[in-house]
Amino acid sequence: MSTLSATRRAPAEAPGSAGVWSDRRVELTLGALGVVLLLLIAGMVIFVFGKAWPSFANNGLSWFGAGGSVDQQLIDIFDSPARPEDYVYKLRAWPLLWGTMVTTGLAVLFGLIFALASAIFIVEFAPPRVQKLLEPVVRLLAAVPSVIYGLIGILVLVPFVGDKLISQGREESVAFVIPLTGASVLVAVVILTVMITPIMIAIIVDALRSVPRSWSEGGAALGVNRWRVMWTISVRAVRPAIVAAAVLATARALGEAIMLSMVSGSIGFAPNPLDGLTFFLEPTRPLAATIVDNGEGLSVKPFGETIYAFAAVLLVSSVFLSVGGYLIKRPLRRVGVGA
Amino acid sequence: MSSPPAIAKPPRERVQDWPRIDRFAYYVCWAAGMLLCAIAASIVLYMLYRGIQYLRPELLYTRPEATPDQSKSGGFLDPMIGTFILTTIGVALAALIGISVSVWLTEYGRPAGLARFVESAIEVVAGTPSIVLAIFGLLVFQSSGLGFLSFEAEGGGVFGRSFFAAGAMMSLIALPLVVGATREALNAIPRHVREASYALGKTRAATIWRVLLPAARPGIATGLALGMGRIAGDTAIVVILLGGSLLTPLEDAPPGVDVLRGTGSTLTSYVYNNSPAGEGGSPEKAYAAAFVLLLIVIALNFVVDFISRGRKPGVQWIR
Repeated sequence: MSTLSATRRAPAEAPGSAGVWSDRRVELTLGALGVVLLLLIAGMVIFVFGKAWPSFANNGLSWFGAGGSVDQQLIDIFDSPARPEDYVYKLRAWPLLWGTMVTTGLAVLFGLIFALASAIFIVEFAPPRVQKLLEPVVRLLAAVPSVIYGLIGILVLVPFVGDKLISQGREESVAFVIPLTGASVLVAVVILTVMITPIMIAIIVDALRSVPRSWSEGGAALGVNRWRVMWTISVRAVRPAIVAAAVLATARALGEAIMLSMVSGSIGFAPNPLDGLTFFLEPTRPLAATIVDNGEGLSVKPFGETIYAFAAVLLVSSVFLSVGGYLIKRPLRRVGVGA
Repeated sequence: MSSPPAIAKPPRERVQDWPRIDRFAYYVCWAAGMLLCAIAASIVLYMLYRGIQYLRPELLYTRPEATPDQSKSGGFLDPMIGTFILTTIGVALAALIGISVSVWLTEYGRPAGLARFVESAIEVVAGTPSIVLAIFGLLVFQSSGLGFLSFEAEGGGVFGRSFFAAGAMMSLIALPLVVGATREALNAIPRHVREASYALGKTRAATIWRVLLPAARPGIATGLALGMGRIAGDTAIVVILLGGSLLTPLEDAPPGVDVLRGTGSTLTSYVYNNSPAGEGGSPEKAYAAAFVLLLIVIALNFVVDFISRGRKPGVQWIR
């Protein structure tokens, strides 16, 4: 208690007056809960890595490389013999990693542009009535469960892409590599963008609103038009918030499993950017979706360990994201506001 | 401005006079805003259309049957009960842990280093994908010491999938929301309120219980409602941790602990399994269940709206 300032110090209690819930005991109980939580999270990281270790150890760095069909490798691992010495671990996870990077990267890129434009619209250009309408709209889009997005994707967008956008010729051009059904990078990215944009909008709008009025008024007084004030003063001031939004959205996109497992085609295939526009129509399967699809096989030891390796990669990336976001935000925060 | 009066009103700024690139940006912003409305409207209207088309009252109170014949496969009473049970467990746990931890962080927070660590642990939870939490939960609840929380096989193997297991992990995805909202509410209470309570001879614990928590109630309720929405909408944890069974074991005489130890389904997993992605292949029922789910989520949103009405605008739309 001695370190606290005088005003914050609670009065000393008479011994025994507070009964069971004495001050000291409450602090210890609550603190203990916090410690339990801390241990649980530390345990999560350690346990997941411990469980995943055999998969990494057996493959070395080529775990992250390309080579062979990842789906066939997963089947081989699943069917590996019962004797522990004969376990199969060979895995080249590149197609899954690439699928994760492509869907997440494209969705965050498009989403950021979309979110920035919408946020500027909400804060600056929208008439008050539209502004009032947009707030619940954003919240609604953020609240729709991913399984509903997935359902709409698989029952509406996937058939549409499959029937209307994939021509016979395009299908034949890659038929010897991969069948095009409509479940594709395109649908996955479109829906993922819609799912992560609301988070970004909410953060950016909050930040734009907290830009001191005098800053933008100063710009307006110099005769700069509203868009230029917005772009050169406000948006620049909220850069930390934009980074925060992008980080949060990336984390959400990385971890999205159900929707992606429904619409991305669930084939461990690395879409090839050299195919031109066909690239967007090729199926893939990100890491998180792979975990969901294979949740049943976790009790097969080597297979389970492989799946936990996917989880470990996701865990590391999300931790790195929050650390990285913090490091980027810190220098920016000196010159800006928000987040 | 040919004949300036005493106080000249400046000519209204017109978008048409802006440079072309600025005008382009202006219209892009408008388009983005309109697109946002269009997407939201089309999702809601489409689900409404499908919901009205396929939702029959009997779906709400008949139990599902596992049969390929879709006319006999029943409704989704059990998944609805499952959603209810799971949300209750998850929110109760998240409230207990979340409120305690945030009170400790804001009111005590000693030693400071430990508090920082706990804070970053919550950050890590917030960033962890729910699918990772799900299979971590499987790892935890399959350990033999926790067999009493799910079913145990003959040889001592633990199934690890139950309402307990799923609810515990669900509480983790609600936790950051509860902690965030509670801490914000506690921080918004002015210092002199605490000082007044201490001046009256209250202990710190009594101040927290009688003064601070009641004052923070709207904030806490917002956090809990947001958490409920997150839990009701999560699928990954249900698919992995609740087991595949369609039925909640309700017939066991006292529906108590056995239900919680048992497996089941929720609306989200029902939608997932009945969509072409799962094995069911009954899109009509998936649409109907998804419609009910959407209604629940929207209702929770209204609750949040209702609670936070009148407070400072622009605070924490989502997150």
